[in-house]
Amino acid sequence: MRSIINYLKDIFWGVMSLLKGLKVTASYFWRPGAIVTEKYPENRKYLVMFERCKGELIMPHNDKNEHNCISCGICQMSCPNGSIEVIPKTIDTEDGKKKRILDKHIYRLGQCTFCGLCVKNCPTHALAFSTKFEHAVFNKALLIKVLNKPGSQLKKGVEQ
Amino acid sequence: MEEKAKDIITDEQQEYIINIGPQHPSTHGVMRLVVSLKGEFVLNVEPHIGYIHRGIEKMCESLTYPQIIHLTDRMDYLSAHINNEAVCLAVEKALEVDIPDRVKVIRTLMSELTRIQSHELFWASYGMDLGGQTCYFYGLRDREMVLDIFEETTGGRMIVSYNCPGGVMYDLHPNFRKRVKEFIKHFRKVLPEYDDILTNNVIFHGRTVGIGPLPLKEAIAYGITGPSGRASGFSCDVRKHEPYSAYDRVKFNEVLFTEGDSYHRYLARVEEMRESMDIIEQLIDNIPEGPYAVKMKPVIKLPEGEYYQRVETARGELGVFIISDGNKLPYRVKFRTPNFANLSVLNHLVKGFKIADLIAIFGSLDFVIPDIDR
Repeated sequence: MRSIINYLKDIFWGVMSLLKGLKVTASYFWRPGAIVTEKYPENRKYLVMFERCKGELIMPHNDKNEHNCISCGICQMSCPNGSIEVIPKTIDTEDGKKKRILDKHIYRLGQCTFCGLCVKNCPTHALAFSTKFEHAVFNKALLIKVLNKPGSQLKKGVEQ
Repeated sequence: MEEKAKDIITDEQQEYIINIGPQHPSTHGVMRLVVSLKGEFVLNVEPHIGYIHRGIEKMCESLTYPQIIHLTDRMDYLSAHINNEAVCLAVEKALEVDIPDRVKVIRTLMSELTRIQSHELFWASYGMDLGGQTCYFYGLRDREMVLDIFEETTGGRMIVSYNCPGGVMYDLHPNFRKRVKEFIKHFRKVLPEYDDILTNNVIFHGRTVGIGPLPLKEAIAYGITGPSGRASGFSCDVRKHEPYSAYDRVKFNEVLFTEGDSYHRYLARVEEMRESMDIIEQLIDNIPEGPYAVKMKPVIKLPEGEYYQRVETARGELGVFIISDGNKLPYRVKFRTPNFANLSVLNHLVKGFKIADLIAIFGSLDFVIPDIDR
């Protein structure tokens, strides 16, 4: 007799525990504010990322198409997986001296692990992370980017 | 005739060998379990690892100390920040740098948030392994709040790369305090729901109580650390026994159980989330002012010698062992990862249980496969 009572008790408390769980899930029908689904591809236009979000590496240029990079190569040295390559060139300045300026700043997005050491170590703050995070491309070659824009120059006043 | 009968008998008694993985959802990664069965009962489990081996320890030998840190994110990706911290602490120990209080508190706060989001994912995926799909959605929903906190301050969601030798990469975001308080308030309200859905569920009890018990003696013998070890009564919390960062100035309990079965391994993690919230609440209102990093030399060279630092990740004790020959590159780096040690006990635990219990036991040990393979 006792075993039957215990058996029924087990069934009762088992069902109760299931109902308790169901109560929680059912309560969300009456709390639509608690639902947090992001409708991602649809909300693309008004999606705001956090400002520090490490999307991809960029070299900020101002209105006059000038950047801060002095082609010192510290970013290339601090990069752990060789995703940055700085190609400098030497030009003759007006006063007859030779000057080392940036020719190409190559960034291989496919290799980047977003550790942020290049941005942190840059002495002239020439690099930054943009919040663009949609990197999918059909051609692998498109992942190799040249960060300095064509015809861009070193900003005046940035020390070499 | 007699011989034939013998053959039939031996055929019946033969082990039936199946593969679970490498692409099985319940292994949470790429790991292959070769399971020998007799009927439905497990005779032997042989984990085959190495599918995601990247040679991180070897790679470290060709990287400078600040560069090593981003690789440790990729070992145990669910406690990425704690792994970073371990390397930083080892390097700082070697250089004998005094770390500002602010850095210590920031690191502790971030570590505890990491622990909470890791255990939330454990809760979510363990529920799903045992047939509760709802758990996965609820767990990930709350984890998203922590990931947002990380993204706002560090720029990364899981792979944070926030530490550097001497401090942290950037200062805390001005919204950090507000967001953490919001999260704690929300999570205190939600955690009882977790209990209603899973912890007190009768089916969950049936699947986990008494399954895969691990006595204290064996837990110590196998070197099981973290919540899995503490569920067996093995007091192994590095935060308590060898405090690093700001753990010496906070009060918290070490969650200990004696039963050591799957249910208590689960329970230890849920209770740890509560303890972590307590730690965060103690620290969040008194983050000291000061610099967020010490200025280090541009090229960090460790003095010749051997350095070891252990920390408590979400899964157990992580040890970082660095041998330096005085160069800017380490001579050898060894990581004592908790998951690799915890994996060794799997075969011992599942023997004699059914194949469905294998999933319950495997899930309760909470493996992250890249941490096993490195």
